[in-house]
Amino acid sequence: MLIVLLQSGVAVCHGKSSDEREQSGAAALSASLQEGQTLYLAHCSACHGPGGEGGKGPTLALPSLPRAGTDEQLRRIIRGGISGSGMPRSELSSEKIARVADWVRHLGTRPVEKIPGDISSGRKLYQGRGGCVQCHTIDGIGKAIGPDLTDIGLRRSPDYLRMALLEPEADIPQTYSGYNRYLSLRENFLQVRLVTQDGRSFFGVRVNEDTFSIQIRDLENQIHSFYKAELTELHKDRGKSPMPSYRDAFTANEIDDLVAFLHSLIGRRTSR
Amino acid sequence: MNPCTFSRSLPVPLLFAISVAAVGDILASEPEVSYERIRSSNTEPGNWLTYSGQYNGHRHSSLSQINTGNVFQLKPAWVYQSREAGKIETSPLVIGDVMYITEKPHIVTALDTRTGRPLWCYRRPPAEGVPACCGPVNRGLAVLEDALYHLTFDAKLLALDLQSGRLRWEVSVADYRDGYSCTVAPLAVKDKIIVGISGGEFGIRGFLDAYDARTGERAWRFYTVPGPGDPAFGTYEGDSWMTGGAPTWVTGTFDPELNMLYWGTGNPSPDYNGDLRKGDNLYSCSLLALDPDTGKLRWHFQHTPHDTRDWASCQVPVLVDAQVDGVPRKLVVQANRNGFYYVHDRVTGAFVRGVPFIPQTWAKGLDAAGRPIPAPHSEPTPEGNLIYPGLSGATNWFSPSYDAANGLFYVQAQEEYGMYYYKMEAAYSPGRNFEAGGTRPVAGEEPFTIVKALDVTTGTLRWQFRMEGEARGGIVSTAGGLLFTGNAEGAFFALDAVTGKPLWHFQTGGQIWANPITYLSGGKQQVAIAAGQGIFVFELP
Repeated sequence: MLIVLLQSGVAVCHGKSSDEREQSGAAALSASLQEGQTLYLAHCSACHGPGGEGGKGPTLALPSLPRAGTDEQLRRIIRGGISGSGMPRSELSSEKIARVADWVRHLGTRPVEKIPGDISSGRKLYQGRGGCVQCHTIDGIGKAIGPDLTDIGLRRSPDYLRMALLEPEADIPQTYSGYNRYLSLRENFLQVRLVTQDGRSFFGVRVNEDTFSIQIRDLENQIHSFYKAELTELHKDRGKSPMPSYRDAFTANEIDDLVAFLHSLIGRRTSR
Repeated sequence: MNPCTFSRSLPVPLLFAISVAAVGDILASEPEVSYERIRSSNTEPGNWLTYSGQYNGHRHSSLSQINTGNVFQLKPAWVYQSREAGKIETSPLVIGDVMYITEKPHIVTALDTRTGRPLWCYRRPPAEGVPACCGPVNRGLAVLEDALYHLTFDAKLLALDLQSGRLRWEVSVADYRDGYSCTVAPLAVKDKIIVGISGGEFGIRGFLDAYDARTGERAWRFYTVPGPGDPAFGTYEGDSWMTGGAPTWVTGTFDPELNMLYWGTGNPSPDYNGDLRKGDNLYSCSLLALDPDTGKLRWHFQHTPHDTRDWASCQVPVLVDAQVDGVPRKLVVQANRNGFYYVHDRVTGAFVRGVPFIPQTWAKGLDAAGRPIPAPHSEPTPEGNLIYPGLSGATNWFSPSYDAANGLFYVQAQEEYGMYYYKMEAAYSPGRNFEAGGTRPVAGEEPFTIVKALDVTTGTLRWQFRMEGEARGGIVSTAGGLLFTGNAEGAFFALDAVTGKPLWHFQTGGQIWANPITYLSGGKQQVAIAAGQGIFVFELP
C-alpha cells in the first residue's frame, strides 16, 4: 500500500511537473506570438494589413508564401527586404525578426479566401477591351505610364487590385517612403500638368524632379524634361491618376476575371 | 596617381601615411595656426580655420568676389572623388592653398585648392564592427599650431603633422565595443582639443572631453549624464542614468571673451520608450555652457525634457550680439530638431524666446521658462502615434548660417514631415543597439525642405525657398549677398540672401549631406561642398 501510494505520489508529482512544463511552454509560445503580433502591427500592417489580408503589400495570410517557402527564407526577406519592391529591410534583432516570422506563419493558418474569376477571360480583357497595355507593362510589353504588372500578383492583394480597378485614385502607387527616400529616381506616378513659356501644355506622370528641373512621361510614353524656370505653370495633381475607373466599363464578373488574371501574375520565369 | 588609393588585396601596415607630391612651396609657406588666429579668423576670410568658419558658429564669410551680380557665371573648378564608397559629410578646413578633408572610414586628405590634386593622405584600416546608428561618417578636422586633429569612427583622437599627415600620437576616447563612436569634428580651443562622442542608440553614458593638444593627455571630462553627487543627479529613475545616452556628436561654439563653450547634447537612451528612464533625463537634449579650461558647467537649458522622439539638441549653437527690445544682448540661438527656434542669454542661459519654425504637433507651446507644454497624443505608443516632426526633426546636424549685417539666420528645415513613433521593450547589453521602439513613415507622404531666413532675435520668417527631397545640407552665407546650400537631390545652389531668389545652381549628381565653405585659392574665391562621394569646388571663370 505504501509502495502504491509512493508510486502514485511519484506519478502525480511527475504528472504535475509535466503539466507545468506544458503550461509554461504554452504561455511562452503565447507571449512570443503576442510579441510577434505587436511587432507585426507596428512594422508590417500598414502595407500587409492588420490580419495579413494584404493591401499595398501582398497577402500574407496564406498557408504558403510564394517568395518564402521556408521559415529561413521568410526571416531573410524580413531582415533584408526585397530589392526593387516597396519591402524595406528591417533593423530589428534576429530574435524579433523570428517573432515576426512566427506571427506571419500564424496568420497563414487562417482559412484562405477563394478568389473568384477566370484567369483567361481576365487576360483577354487586359489585352483587349480594357486597354490596359496602353499604360502598363507585363514582361516589358506595353507602355510605362503606370506601374509594371509583371509580378503584381506577388506585390498586391486581390482586394487591393479590385480597389485599384474600381477606384484608381484611392491609393496612388508610389515607391517614396522613409525607407527609400534617398533614391534619386522616384516612381510614384504623380500626375503632372505644366505649361511652357512658349505656350505648350504637357500632361503626364512625373519621372523625376529636383529643385530646378522636372521630367515627365506623357500619355504617349514620351519623356520630356524641363527647367522649372522655363515653365509658366506647374501643377502636381496629388491623389489624381490618369487611370479611369472600370466600375461602369466592366461587369462585376469581368472585374473578378481581371482580378484573377492580375493575381496570377507572379513574375517572369527565368529560362535555365 | 592618387595617394589615397588603397588596395585591399595587398598587406597593409597598421598605420601609414604617404607623401607623393612636391608640396614644399605651398605647405611650408603657411605659418602655424595659432589659437589667436582661430580666435580672429574673421580677419582672414581667405582661410577656413575651424568647423563653422569662426568660433561663433556663423558660417558666414566676408568674401564678396562672388556676388549677386556674377554668381550666374560660377563654374566647377575641380572635383575630387573619394576612392572609398559612401557619402562624405566632411566640412573642409582651408589653410593657405591647401584644403584638408576627411573621407570615410579613416582617411584624411590634403588637396591643392588650385588643381584639386591630393598632396598627402593619411589612412588606416577601418575598425571592424563599430556599433553605430548611421555609418562611418566623419564631419571634419580641427587644426591648432602645426597639427591636425581627427576623430576616428572607433573613438580615437589622432594628432597628425599638418605638413605631411604623419601620425604624431593617438589616444583612445572611449571603447567602441561599448557602443561609443566618433563622427564629430573636434574643436581647438586655446591649448585644448574639445571632443564629442556618439552612441545615443547604444546606451552609452555621454560626455564631452578636452585633451592637451601637445600630448594628448585628457584635461577634463564632463559627463552629460550626471552621476551621484551632481545637483542634477536623479533625473533618470533608478540606475537608468548609467546607460542614459546624451551624446555630443556635433561641434559646438566658443565665446573667447566670456570664456564659455557651448555644446548641444543628443537623445537619452533608450530611445522612444521613456518608461524605462522616468524623469527629465538631464542633460539630454540640452544646450550646455561650459568653462573650456576646467569642463565645469556654467549653465544648461533642456529643450526637450524626457525626450522620446530622438530630438537631439545637437544643432550648432550660434552666438549672436543683437538688441532685444532695444537692449544689447549677448545671445545664443538654435533652430532645434524639435521644431522650435530658441533664443537665450548666453551669459546666464536665461530663456529669452522660443517660437516654432515649422508646423509641429507635439507641444501646445512653451511656458514662460521655455519648457514645452505637451500636446495630447505626443508620445510613442506600442501601435505607433503620428507626430510631427519626424525622426530627422525640423532640422538636424547640418549647419545654419548667420549674417550679422542683415540680422538673418538661415536654416534648412523640413515640413510636412511626420512619423509614427512606437515603443517597445528593450534590454541593455554593452555595444548592442538599445532602442526601445522606432518610427515608420507616413505612406505616400513626401516631405520637403525649405531654406528659411529667420529674424535672428524673433524667429520671424523673412523669406523661404522650397526644395524637393530631404534636408541634409548646411548653409554658408557671404558678404556677396549670397547663401550657398544643397540637399539630398544633389543640387548645389546660390540664393539671394536678402530675397531668397535662386541665382545659380549646379546638379552634382550625388546627395549633399554636408556643410559648404568658401575661401580664397591663389587670391580667387572658391566655394566647396561635399556631394555624393566627392568634393566639388566652384569659382568664377
